[in-house]
Amino acid sequence: MIKKKHIQQFLKHVVCILLCLTIVVPFYMVLINSFKSKAEAARMNLALPKEWLFVNYLEVIKKGNLIQGFFNSLSYALIATGIGVLTCAMAAFVLGRRRTRCNVFLYYFFLCGLFFPVNYVTLIRVLGAFRLNDTRIGIMMVFTSGMIPFCVFTIRNFVSSIPVELDEAAVIDGADAVNLFFRIIMPLLKPTMVTCFILQFMGVWSDFLTPLYLSSKSRLFPMTMAVYQFFGKNKNYWNYIFADIVLTCIPVIIVYMVGQKYIVGGMTSGAVKE
Amino acid sequence: MNKKKIYPQWFLLVPLALYILFFLLPAFMGVGYSFTDWNSRSVLNGLNFVGLQNYIEIFTSDKDYLSGIGHTLMFTVVSNIVKMIPALLIAIMLQEGLRGKGIYRTLFYLPSILPFVIIGLLFKSILNYNNGLLNMILDAFHLGFLKQKWLSDLGVVWKSVLGVDAWRGIGYVMTIFLAGLNTIPRSYYEAAQIDGASFWQRLRYVTIPMLTGAIMINMVFGITYGLKVFDIIYVLTNGGPGHATEVLTTYAFQLYSKGQYGMSTALSSILLLITAIAGVFVVRTLGKQEVQQ
Repeated sequence: MIKKKHIQQFLKHVVCILLCLTIVVPFYMVLINSFKSKAEAARMNLALPKEWLFVNYLEVIKKGNLIQGFFNSLSYALIATGIGVLTCAMAAFVLGRRRTRCNVFLYYFFLCGLFFPVNYVTLIRVLGAFRLNDTRIGIMMVFTSGMIPFCVFTIRNFVSSIPVELDEAAVIDGADAVNLFFRIIMPLLKPTMVTCFILQFMGVWSDFLTPLYLSSKSRLFPMTMAVYQFFGKNKNYWNYIFADIVLTCIPVIIVYMVGQKYIVGGMTSGAVKE
Repeated sequence: MNKKKIYPQWFLLVPLALYILFFLLPAFMGVGYSFTDWNSRSVLNGLNFVGLQNYIEIFTSDKDYLSGIGHTLMFTVVSNIVKMIPALLIAIMLQEGLRGKGIYRTLFYLPSILPFVIIGLLFKSILNYNNGLLNMILDAFHLGFLKQKWLSDLGVVWKSVLGVDAWRGIGYVMTIFLAGLNTIPRSYYEAAQIDGASFWQRLRYVTIPMLTGAIMINMVFGITYGLKVFDIIYVLTNGGPGHATEVLTTYAFQLYSKGQYGMSTALSSILLLITAIAGVFVVRTLGKQEVQQ
């Protein structure tokens, strides 16, 4: 019986390690090849480079418009997500606490956005009407509005778990709505707000479709667009493309490693009731 | 306590305004414009109402728009199946006490945080026929007969796209299943074991019924993702070879870049209709479940 268990454990590890390899080997290939010369990288094999060319990275940063791309991505992700999560938390708080007919309707009204696709062609027209075409603010506002359904949905589910007695106590102590929300409720909402922030931050960072439609000027390109444009221009320079891939991945991987606990815990808390 | 005062309605203002202006308004405007001949020359010639002409063109022309709709639906169904079943099995395997569960979980989840563009480029190189990693590995194991033109052979290209999509998405689906599995009391399994239930019986009568929440959420995310899929196809195949992997969103983008805005919005409106139907269906089933609970 015990022996059978050991064999089972062993087999499971074998399966898991094989699965891990399918994930690790591609990453390893990218990393290794990013240090090779053009001719060597074109063969795309797993051998170590004959000569480690760290200059590839400098070259890519210079040619690929990456610094600008990085700061564009960072500003889109930080500002759009910050505003989105904060305002959605406020909205979700009211929607969760004051369940009038109108608010229940509004909640489902927001939820529709979980399903609907964005129509970018007409969106460009709407942005044009506000003179926000091809501007950073326009792109950020579109990112923010895209995350509203998810944030409202996730945070409202969490609001119900905070006892109403807290609100009553705070009001008796003389707090008004703004004080009540920012000093009592928001600290308690922090875990789900952090989760929403991290997930949406990574979502904006990875987004490709929005800037593809909305930015015709390359100075507005986020990293994803910069990489894709670079690929289009340098199709045969796989060493540069791989270096570019590494540089684009590093920020998201850092965010993932730092925020992992919130991602795994929070992504599911709204979904799977415990 | 005055509810109006401590839960003020103006807290809703910013999200509501942004959501209506930049999300819903374009969607409904799109439906309106889909009945016009809006195009890149409309600035000069003005906009004309053309009735159902765009839709007639979509459903009758020889430009394969119909197959784009079909591909969207096919991708939604198949991509969900190929992700959910392996993800569930891996999650169960990890859940049943395996050392290093945390490390495995971290690694399996990793691909799903990376931008699609990156994954697309990565697999463009891996699936390269002449010197891509996949064919190279097949050669190394003397499995050369399995080699394929992964991204240009009509019979294989969808399998490649779905495979890449699964490579990215399985970890995400698995994580949600793991959270669901965590909520099932161990005693249920012990009882099943005492009754002599086999692995499949435990799966059928304990695990799956207890996992409906996690399954539902995976379906919701999976369906909405599948219907709106764009990046991975655009980067991997750009709808090719020919129009073999074209979906609604890639057609809509193509028409947009050609300046045929009216046609593009007509395709987007069809997608809107499909997602709305899927949404109603999902909300209905979710509602039923809450009643049961």
